[in-house]
Amino acid sequence: MPQIHIPSPLRQYTGKKSSVNVLAVSVGEALKNLVEQHPDLKRHLYTEEGKLRSFVNVYVNDEDMRYLDKEATALNDGDTISIVPSIAGGSFELRASGSELIQSLVARSWKLAPKKNHHADHDRRQTRSRFKQR
Amino acid sequence: MPIMTDAKPEAVLSNDEILRYSRHLIMPEVGMTGQQKLKAAKVLCIGAGGLGSPLALYLTAAGVGWLGIVDFDVVDYTNLQRQIIHTTDDVGRRKLDSAAEKLKAINPFLNLHTFETKLTSANALDLFREFDIIADGTDNFPTRYLVNDACVLTGKPNVYGSIFRFEGQASVFATEEGPCYRCLYPEPPPPGLVPSCAEGGVLGVLPGLIGVIQATETIKLILGQGESLAGRLLLVDALGMKFRELKLRKNPDCPVCGKHRTITALIDYEEFCGIRGQEAPAGNDVPAISVEELKKKLDAKVDVFILDVREPHEYQICNLRGYLIPVGDLPKRVNELDSSREIVAHCKMGGRSAKAVNFLRRAGFTKVYNLTGGITAWAEKIDPTVPKY
Repeated sequence: MPQIHIPSPLRQYTGKKSSVNVLAVSVGEALKNLVEQHPDLKRHLYTEEGKLRSFVNVYVNDEDMRYLDKEATALNDGDTISIVPSIAGGSFELRASGSELIQSLVARSWKLAPKKNHHADHDRRQTRSRFKQR
Repeated sequence: MPIMTDAKPEAVLSNDEILRYSRHLIMPEVGMTGQQKLKAAKVLCIGAGGLGSPLALYLTAAGVGWLGIVDFDVVDYTNLQRQIIHTTDDVGRRKLDSAAEKLKAINPFLNLHTFETKLTSANALDLFREFDIIADGTDNFPTRYLVNDACVLTGKPNVYGSIFRFEGQASVFATEEGPCYRCLYPEPPPPGLVPSCAEGGVLGVLPGLIGVIQATETIKLILGQGESLAGRLLLVDALGMKFRELKLRKNPDCPVCGKHRTITALIDYEEFCGIRGQEAPAGNDVPAISVEELKKKLDAKVDVFILDVREPHEYQICNLRGYLIPVGDLPKRVNELDSSREIVAHCKMGGRSAKAVNFLRRAGFTKVYNLTGGITAWAEKIDPTVPKY
């Protein structure tokens, strides 16, 4: 049975599962089967017209399906399909913040944190607005 | 895939340098020739953050002669969990100053050039031309595409790394023969579709892992040794501790590096990524209530139902004792809400709760309001004991 590898940003729509087994003979069928099992995933993979979104990269084993037969690519037992999303994080601020969740748990016991954080938040907000103004 | 062929004449090592790099010099893959190549090499790091920290530290230690860093940010407390070039004492300092101090302390032979600016379409080409290799440690899609296109246009390899939560990617783009970032991702995802606020965060060691891979690839390119990641995308899953690699191909139809290229100059990358026109924080157009108004209502014992649309792990950090329904679960749990009561929805900053208010209004709720600024505004203006995160 082919297996679809779910990247962590999409696992919230698959009940936290990192891989999903599908009954399918082609990549297109496998993805359809995946969103039938996990309907919340559908709008992240498909447009409203039912086409696979352009920024969703799908690999069969280690090969990009765009260079195989695209969604008609035949699947064999034991094949692994990977959905490879674009991610941008790296430097000082993951988009739309959120990056501070883990630290903040630590910061709670940090007496100095609230006051300094205020400045930090201010700086961060300035950075973000500068970024957005351009 | 050698980038620099011969060591430049000035890259002669002093006796102090020979001692410093002895563990390199005794390996035939580096040797005196390789170390001189490193000394002559010019590497530009975009960003002095999570990825930039290990990158700059290791490139400096390894003896890369010329290092440029582009950054315009200031160190804050939330950076310290992963940006290991900065220390607690550096909070509030410019990242460039903080980084420069550490790098010069590690290796006084380094020629460091700092650029306190945002990388833009106006300055990227001129800047990139001064360097041999570009190491991309940025954090947003517009800059990713800008770095890629500028690398293709100037013919400089792009040593790429990216991270999200527990996962990372690394590759080498825009080498002469190899694919570029656009070959892999022709278009960015529209803003809002990639999980951000609720799904954000990053394990502190992950940029270390990926940044060190970038440093390794950079050094290999300079030495002309080994097999570079060009043509391969390395995927790192830190939770499963799995490293996988996918084949990357040069897309013949790539708009910037393909045969019939349509992009021959840098463009407006924020427009390209759909960012422009989004300055107004989401929620300006939905019925809203300020934290001060909410406080008044609560003090006056007005019946207000507080709906918290954040994730359970955020609720654990701090909460207003609201009823928790993560915004993603709202459609299937809407029946838990009483539309006859006044509902104030909140999240961390007001973005997700605006979506929730929009949804509930469309579902027929008439007395539902968005808490402007979210629990962060509450912490700032009403109750300083509530931690900000």
